Amino acid sequence: MKILTGNDLRSGAVTWWNGTGWSLFVDDAVDVGDDAEEILAREEAARRVNVPYAIEATIDAGGHVRPAHIKDRVRALGPTVRRDLAVPTADKTGWDWVI
Amino acid sequence: MYKYDQYDQAMVDARVEEFRDQARRRLEGKLTEDQFKPLRLMNGLYLQLHAYMLRVAIPYGTLNSRQMEALADIAEKYDRGYGHFTTRQNIQYNWIKLEDAADILADLATVEMHAIQTSGNCIRNISADHFAGAAADEIIDPRPYAELMRQWSSFHPEFTYLPRKFKIAVIGSETDRAAMRLHDIGIRIVRRASDSGAEVGAQFFAGGGMGRTPMIAPLIRDFVPLDQLITYAEACLRVYNRYGRRDNKYKARIKILVHELGAAEYTRQVEEEFAHMLSVGVEPPHEELARIAEYFAPPAFVDGPKTLDRSDPDFALWVDRNTHRHKHDAYVSAVISLKPAGGIPGDATADQMRLMARLAKQYSFDELRVMHTQNVLLPHVRIADLHAVWTALEEAGLGSPNMDTIEDIIACPGLDYCSLANARSIPLAQRISERFAQSGRTEIVGELKLKISGCINACGHHHAGHIGILGVDKKGTENYQLSLGGSEAEDVSLAKITGPGFDEDGVIAAVEKVTDVYLAARADGERFLDTYRRIGMEPFKEALYGA
Amino acid sequence: MAHNLGTSPDEVQFRFRDDEPVDHGTVTVDSALEQTNANAVRIEPGDDARLLLPFLDRLALVEVNFPSFGDGRGYSAARILREAGYAGELRAVGQVLIDQLSHMRRCGFDSFAPDKRLDEEDALRAFATWENVYQRAADRRATIADKRHEA
Repeated sequence: MKILTGNDLRSGAVTWWNGTGWSLFVDDAVDVGDDAEEILAREEAARRVNVPYAIEATIDAGGHVRPAHIKDRVRALGPTVRRDLAVPTADKTGWDWVI
Repeated sequence: MYKYDQYDQAMVDARVEEFRDQARRRLEGKLTEDQFKPLRLMNGLYLQLHAYMLRVAIPYGTLNSRQMEALADIAEKYDRGYGHFTTRQNIQYNWIKLEDAADILADLATVEMHAIQTSGNCIRNISADHFAGAAADEIIDPRPYAELMRQWSSFHPEFTYLPRKFKIAVIGSETDRAAMRLHDIGIRIVRRASDSGAEVGAQFFAGGGMGRTPMIAPLIRDFVPLDQLITYAEACLRVYNRYGRRDNKYKARIKILVHELGAAEYTRQVEEEFAHMLSVGVEPPHEELARIAEYFAPPAFVDGPKTLDRSDPDFALWVDRNTHRHKHDAYVSAVISLKPAGGIPGDATADQMRLMARLAKQYSFDELRVMHTQNVLLPHVRIADLHAVWTALEEAGLGSPNMDTIEDIIACPGLDYCSLANARSIPLAQRISERFAQSGRTEIVGELKLKISGCINACGHHHAGHIGILGVDKKGTENYQLSLGGSEAEDVSLAKITGPGFDEDGVIAAVEKVTDVYLAARADGERFLDTYRRIGMEPFKEALYGA
Repeated sequence: MAHNLGTSPDEVQFRFRDDEPVDHGTVTVDSALEQTNANAVRIEPGDDARLLLPFLDRLALVEVNFPSFGDGRGYSAARILREAGYAGELRAVGQVLIDQLSHMRRCGFDSFAPDKRLDEEDALRAFATWENVYQRAADRRATIADKRHEA
């Protein structure tokens, strides 16, 4: 599926498009299908997100959203070398899968 | 140390307000991200993988205890309790909010610090020999010249939209501890005989750099008189600003211009511009250099014991590894290792920063240096005080006796933090340092500079590593290329790739194999690099890839 | 004759001179070298401003185009002209934005015709950002070092 991600303009936090707004949690990301361009343009113009882009992702058996590229998996969870600083409710099994 | 006067202070204060206004206009939508990006970058603010990152300038790596304490306070107040010291003697914070950035800059300004031009296509923070003013082999202290250039390069009206970033390093010894010839401009302050006795001037090297096309800077002028230093630099920059390539970001650094024109032709153009500039009169009044130099007068060293009690072997090892000969024989420079085995190279917690500040205040004339190796230095420690310093460092986990060993790894933040990275660097550094520390091989191997970059931009200086590792993206997985034989020092050379890359486990095993070859082949007193230069690549290749 | 180039006086948003602006368009550097009567020229980023030095006394307007604000060659072009004694109008045109104004002014620009009009208040604040300066430049302001060592 195709999901959208970017950073919050004020805080810089990694965010994911959940269908109505931008969530801190990758598992909230929704499939945007063919609407990516339109949503990205609108949301960036309104400054609700900064430098957003569309990526490929899958949903695993546990219902977790898994971005296809390693870079976005690291963004979803946090630095692999500072797991104490992970996104608070991030799926802890994610570390088995991030790399 | 240099101290701001009312003018310097007013400049950084004005900059804080300018940035506050720029951030406001961005948040109000008056600036697009494309327009804002170069402005925030020129204030050190990046957008990285997890948040904004702020890079704070530490001009020529020098800071006092109050400044180090302020860096600790920022880590706690605005970040997550730590900071990362970089290969250009700066510090960066990984978890910054745009809405806090102007306040952080204001906090920095209260201790004569800033983030000016720590990124962007402009003249970056000037770096220098971290042992400046302390090393026994120093000919001339480079810091006054670096400070003169800091002021000249700050908010330069002509050189703020260069083809690409521009890095300058200044040294004052034969020994190069600043990777001087791997900079866009490298300057060595030299003394030569003249009719009136000795005359001081500057050697200019131009067109060095790492990145995707590493180059060693050629000498372009053997002696620039000190009262023409800024004029000559201005000429170098003008030729680059006018003729550096702007059609391809990857060919825009000055090294490509110097390479394509040839050093002789680049030099000719610079000399022509220089002759013109001399007639225009852009040099600051010569008394300015004298004014700045007064701030760098040597501190009041006192005589004292020149030997110490070596009965504690751990202490003796640390002294042998982590101290450096000082120009005063009752003192040494002491390296605080930010490379604990298994740790993140260059990271320090707020508490560790405060401890380093306290030790500087108590034992090192209130001075600290950030080293390009991502360690911190106490430049002037009495030999009589060394044991007390070591004891305090040990307690805080800062006493690793590993300077210039395979544990003293330079590593960029890599894919754990950096939006440009293709692979992670830090986990490799952690695993390699841990493995060598545990096996006790670190001491056996001796001096071995291992440098790791997570992408071709080479922030981890892999081209200049005795062993270099470059992380690449191989069909969506991390892969690592190994290279051998680089050096950033006065025996500067660029490392050569061994062959096909490895996965994470594979490259760690490869580093061990390479050190096996060295240990089996080394002659008396040879460092890894010396052996490699003598026996060449083949035996290493054979061990790595042989059937 | 390439007279359709350039900005008209109406497009100039900020001007720091008292003389009458040139009321016609500019020509390219190449044309200026051929036309002995041209008094208004437009410099593009790749042009060598030094080609104009033999003709400076007949020029009343030089426009320096910034097709992209990130291309800083125009700053050098401006200083080179001022260093050679050019006293006519030096106009920055194209992608001229708030945060480049003060540096442009220091390099010798004395009029500004941005392709998108700038917020007046923001622009005036930008022109006044630097009460002091570190470098000698085309504006001939006394530098901080000069002030430190005034007799």
